[in-house]
Amino acid sequence: MAEMMYWEAIVRAHDEEMANDPMVICMGEDIGVVGGTYKATSGLYDKYGETRVIDTPISENGYTGLGIGASFLGVRPIIEIMSVNFAWLAMDQIFNTAAKVRYMSGGQLQAPVVIRSPGGTAHQLGSQHSARMEKVFMGVAGLRVVTPSSPRQAYGLLKSAVRCNDPVFINEHELMYNMKGEVPDDEYFHPLEGSEVVREGRDVTLFGYNISVHWCLQAAAELSKHHGIEAEVIDLYALSPLDREGIRNSVSKTHRAVIVEEAEPAVGVGAEVMAIINEECFFELDAAPVRVSALHVPIPYNHALEKAALPNANDVVTAVRGIFGV
Amino acid sequence: MNNADKKRVLREMLFARRFEERCYEAYVERNIGGFLHLYPGEEACAFGVLEAAQPGHDYVITSYRDHVHAIKSGSDPRHIMAELFAKETGVSKGRGGSMHLFDLAHRFMGGYALVGGPFPLAAGIAKGIQMQGGDEICICFLGDAANNQGTFHESLNMAALWNLPVLYVCENNLYGIGTRIDRSTAVVDQYQRVAAYNIPSAQEDGQDFDLVHEAATKAVAHVRSGKGPYFLELMTYRYRGHSMSDSNAYRAKTEERMWSGRDPVIILRDRLIEAGDLTLDEYKDMDTAILDEIEDEVIRYATESPEPNIADVEKYVLAENDPWVSGGVH
Ligand SMILES: Cc1ncc(C[n+]2csc(CCOP(=O)(O)OP(=O)(O)O)c2C)c(N)n1
Ligand SMILES: [Mg+2]
Repeated sequence: MAEMMYWEAIVRAHDEEMANDPMVICMGEDIGVVGGTYKATSGLYDKYGETRVIDTPISENGYTGLGIGASFLGVRPIIEIMSVNFAWLAMDQIFNTAAKVRYMSGGQLQAPVVIRSPGGTAHQLGSQHSARMEKVFMGVAGLRVVTPSSPRQAYGLLKSAVRCNDPVFINEHELMYNMKGEVPDDEYFHPLEGSEVVREGRDVTLFGYNISVHWCLQAAAELSKHHGIEAEVIDLYALSPLDREGIRNSVSKTHRAVIVEEAEPAVGVGAEVMAIINEECFFELDAAPVRVSALHVPIPYNHALEKAALPNANDVVTAVRGIFGV
Repeated sequence: MNNADKKRVLREMLFARRFEERCYEAYVERNIGGFLHLYPGEEACAFGVLEAAQPGHDYVITSYRDHVHAIKSGSDPRHIMAELFAKETGVSKGRGGSMHLFDLAHRFMGGYALVGGPFPLAAGIAKGIQMQGGDEICICFLGDAANNQGTFHESLNMAALWNLPVLYVCENNLYGIGTRIDRSTAVVDQYQRVAAYNIPSAQEDGQDFDLVHEAATKAVAHVRSGKGPYFLELMTYRYRGHSMSDSNAYRAKTEERMWSGRDPVIILRDRLIEAGDLTLDEYKDMDTAILDEIEDEVIRYATESPEPNIADVEKYVLAENDPWVSGGVH
C-alpha cells in the first residue's frame, strides 16, 4: 500500500482508465495544459494529447451536453466541473438528458458519463463558491451519486464510475485534495453502492460522508475518551442510492442515530437518512434521530461567521451528549 | 436526382403529411396524450436534407417536433404511432411519447423537449464519430427560436473549435410558439448569426424540395469532407398550431394564406406533373393508398398493441446488473 494524496489518487484513476480504454476522455476548464485547478488531471495532457484531454471553453451546460452526446456513441467522458457551484449551469443537461435518456428511450440510449466536481466549503471563498449540492443531485432518478472521504475511495470510486454504464456524479471536496491516505497498489474498483463501517461501536451511530466522516471520527474519539460512549461511524460514500440495509443494520444495533452533513438541513442527506430510519427500523430506536447540519444561510465571507454557519466535530459531540443527557 | 426518385420522395412527403394529420385526429379521439407538435408545411426541410444525407448511417437528432425526422431516418411508422399511443411496441416502449422518439438502430438519436438541448448533444455525437474515425455526420434539426439559447452559442463555438462533423439545420418557421421572430430575435436572418463562429452557412427556401436538396447536398459534402460544422437555415412555415392547444390567433390570415399557397407537397407534385412524370389521377391514387395504409397498417397496429406492463415501471432507470456497481468482476 502506498500513501498518496487525494488528488494523486484521482490522477492515477484517470491515467489507468485512459490507458485501458481509448474511448475514455476527460474534459473541463483548465484540466489540460494547466492540469486542473486541484491538479486532479495533471500529466494527462502530455501523455494522451489534446483530443482526449480537452480544455473546454467556459460553457458548463455546453461541454457537459457535448460529453453526454459523445457517451451515446460509446465515448466515456470524465467531465470535471471546476467547482460544484458552476454545476448549476449544467443542470439542464445533467438532469434533463443524462438522467433521463435511458428511461425515455425505453433502454436504447445510455449516458455513461462521469461528472466530478469539488463540493463543500473551503476557507472564506464567499457565498458563490461554497455551495454544497449533493442533495440536489441525490434527488433525481437516473443518476448515481458518490462522494469519496479518502484517497482510496477517490481512486476506486472514479475507476468504477468510468466503467459503469450509468451517469455518475462524484462529489469531491476542495479541502480534501491534499489529504493523504493509503491506496492499494493493485488496481482497485470501489463499489458504487453500499456504505462502510469505519469505526465499530454499540451506543450510537454517526452517519457521515465525504468530509463529515472525519468530523464523526474525531467526535467518536472524544466521546469514547471523555464520556464512555462508543459511537459507530458509517461512511455513506454512496448518496444515491443510499444503503438502506447498512443504515438499518447499524441503527438496529446502536438504537441511536446522528446524521452529520456539511450542507443546510432542508431536504438534505440528514432528512433522507432519517426518513429511511423511520421506514426501516423505527421501533429499534431508543431516542429520536438528530441531524447536525450547516445553518440555513448562504455561506458568509467573514471567517468567524463562516465558522458559525458550518458544523464541526464539536457539534457532533454536543448532539450525542444531548441524546444521552450527559 | 431523377424524377422517378422525386416521385418516391413525393409519396414519402405525402405519407408524412397524412401521418401527421391522422395524429391530430387520434389526439382528438384521445388515443394520443400529452403534448403533440405536428410538422405539416415543413416537410421539404426534413426530406430535402435527409435525401442529401444517408439516413440510418448518419446520426439525426432533433426537438419535440420529431415524428417526420424519425420516419425519414428509417423508423417504422407503425412503431412511431404505437409510441404516440403509449404502447410497449412503440419506438421508445411507450416511455417517451411524441416528444421523445428514439430509434438507435436507425441512428435516430432522439427527440428532446428542452428548447436548445440538442445543440451540444449533436456536437458530442460528432465528437464520438470523430473518435471512432467513421465517415458519418450528425445532423441536428432545430427551430429558429432555439437559437436564443446559450447552448446555441456554446455548441457552435465548440463545434468550430474542434472541427466537429455536425450539420445544424435551422427550420425557421418564423415563430417560437406565438412570438414572431422579429419580436424575440435581434438578428432575424439566422444564417448570419453563425458568422461569429466562422461557420459557413446558407439560407434557403424551405418549401421547395429541390432547392433544399441542392443546398443540403453542399452542406453535407462540406461536413463529410472533414471541413467542420455547417449551418443551413430553411425558411418554412407550420400550417397547424405550435401544439394542439394553439389556435394561431397571433398570426395574420394573409400571412397564413401566403404560405398555404407555397405547400411543399403541392410544389413538388406540380413540378412532376408539369414535367409529364405524374398525372393528377396518379397522385390521387397515391393519396388513397397512403390513407388506407395509415388506417389499415399504422393505426391498426398501434391500436392492437399492448400497453407496457405496470410491473416494469422501474425498468430503464439505471443499467441492469452492471457489474461495476459492486466493484467489478475480478
Ligand atoms: C428550455 C425550454 N424553454 C421553454 C420551452 C417551451 N417551448 C416549447 S417549444 C417553444 C418554442 C420553440 O420554437 P422554435 O425553436 O422556433 O421551434 P418550433 O416549435 O417553431 O419548431 C417553447 C418556448 C421549452 N420546451 N424548453
Ligand atoms: Mg419556430
